[in-house]
Amino acid sequence: MNVTGEKFAKFLLTAVAFSALASLLLIAVFIFKEGFPFILKVGLSDFLFSSDWNPQTGNFGIFPMIVSSLYVTLGAMLIGAPLGIAGAIFINEFLSRPAMRIIKPTIELLAGIPSVVFGFLGVMVLAPFIRTHFGGPGLSVLTAALILGIMVLPTVISISTDAISAVPNSYREGALALGATRWQSVHMVTIKAARSGIIASVILAMGRALGETMAVIMVAGNTVKIPHAVTDPVRTLTANIALEMANATGMAREALFATGIVLFVVIMILNAIALSVIKGKRNKQ
Amino acid sequence: MRLSPKITQALAVAILGSATFLTVVVLVFIIIFILGKGLPGVTWEFLSCAPKDMGKAGGILPTLVGTVLLPSMAIAIALPLGVGTAVYLTEYTRENRMTHILRFGIDCLAGIPSIIFGLFGFIFFVVMLKMGWCLLSGALTLAIMILPTIIRTSEEAIRAVPNAFREVSFSLGATRWETVLKVVLPNALPGIVTGVMLGIGRSIGETAAVIFTAGSSLRMPMAAFDSVRTMSVHFYILAREGISNENAYATAAVLVISVLMINLLSYSMMHRFIAKRSR
Repeated sequence: MNVTGEKFAKFLLTAVAFSALASLLLIAVFIFKEGFPFILKVGLSDFLFSSDWNPQTGNFGIFPMIVSSLYVTLGAMLIGAPLGIAGAIFINEFLSRPAMRIIKPTIELLAGIPSVVFGFLGVMVLAPFIRTHFGGPGLSVLTAALILGIMVLPTVISISTDAISAVPNSYREGALALGATRWQSVHMVTIKAARSGIIASVILAMGRALGETMAVIMVAGNTVKIPHAVTDPVRTLTANIALEMANATGMAREALFATGIVLFVVIMILNAIALSVIKGKRNKQ
Repeated sequence: MRLSPKITQALAVAILGSATFLTVVVLVFIIIFILGKGLPGVTWEFLSCAPKDMGKAGGILPTLVGTVLLPSMAIAIALPLGVGTAVYLTEYTRENRMTHILRFGIDCLAGIPSIIFGLFGFIFFVVMLKMGWCLLSGALTLAIMILPTIIRTSEEAIRAVPNAFREVSFSLGATRWETVLKVVLPNALPGIVTGVMLGIGRSIGETAAVIFTAGSSLRMPMAAFDSVRTMSVHFYILAREGISNENAYATAAVLVISVLMINLLSYSMMHRFIAKRSR
């Protein structure tokens, strides 16, 4: 092959390598281009802190949605984080190799189940259960948090697992040699060494829960109201966008893109924190 | 009061073990529940007929075709970009400031929720480029969404190719590009295919990004600019608008089986790939 061809290949690959970064920038630019003028028009504080959402009358306050997203996401983490971390520790530290080889891919399959299927199960199985045992309409903060808590499990487990299995075996051996039991070596040495990866897994899972849309629309009830009980129906930021997108035009559509900006910014911050936690750890080692 | 270390250990193992057990039980329950309720409705007729009455009766054929077409097109777009990026990052450059920025972009793109992809695809492909709700808009949006997955798996696969292979190729007088094409990529192929499988799995299950870009027409898609409804979108509409629970379950069963099969296939391929490499 001649030198020109070789140079061309290198040039082409360099250009292609920017595709992901370019896409990211393109997404940011277009979401901001559609939504930012709206925020300037309405005013940031009115948009974020007003509780009055009524596109027909021109009221665009997303405070109830922000609070709802926060509750649902935190609720999901209360369920998903401990369960996921416990699972990751157990799989890595207490399971035999063959058992690990079966359980790990099985749990990873959970990640492949489409979110609409989770939502449907929430409606058909979980919502009636919550209606009869906890009261309320069934579609609620609690239902959404439970479903999302299950949905983030693969994220928490797989990233925590990576962190735990990256802990050098000599650490464990050291602890065991000092007479620690297996559990003592796990919670005094392994978990401490893997801490940053575990924290990152929870932050990334939080981003996933916050960004999940279809499952939440199906199980959260979608009422625009600040919830007072876990059995109250709520509408999250993502649900707000997806529900109104179909028939929104003009101002109303801009408002949805502005909601998208809020979501985009919060999730980018969460991602950046998680990435820097992981990277900071890597540099130290 | 202090418990003896042995008892604490037994307690800890019991708690951790039951948490893991619970996770597995939930997963198995989901699969068995959907298949149990849905499989009786999955007949040859259901798979091979067009829906009637907005999906209240009839089958899912056009959505099945849409579910094959849309991810295939998304892969056709994302694969050259993803593998190209991976080749650049592994074979053509050393870690420097630029690659850090590129990697940061890839990681961030991976974290963006699908509804944001939907918003972007709608305003960019559907509205601004005037492509309308169609296969191509949906495929382009999905391609961006699965790009990080393809890049990461391809990069891992390429890194796993032993350096000796490259050195032999260079010593025979091959250029870098020839080495990439004839030595590195063929050896990394199983790993790259795993990434493709994962991308297909994610595309099949995706709803939010697809519904705003590919639309939800129930007609049989014939061209790249036809609106199309995938199984996930069809299932969402059936379930959400309460059109037919029976058909919703049956569609969900087909959906879950396809996704599980694709994921199982990709895991087993990855496993064999790793086993072959570590020998």
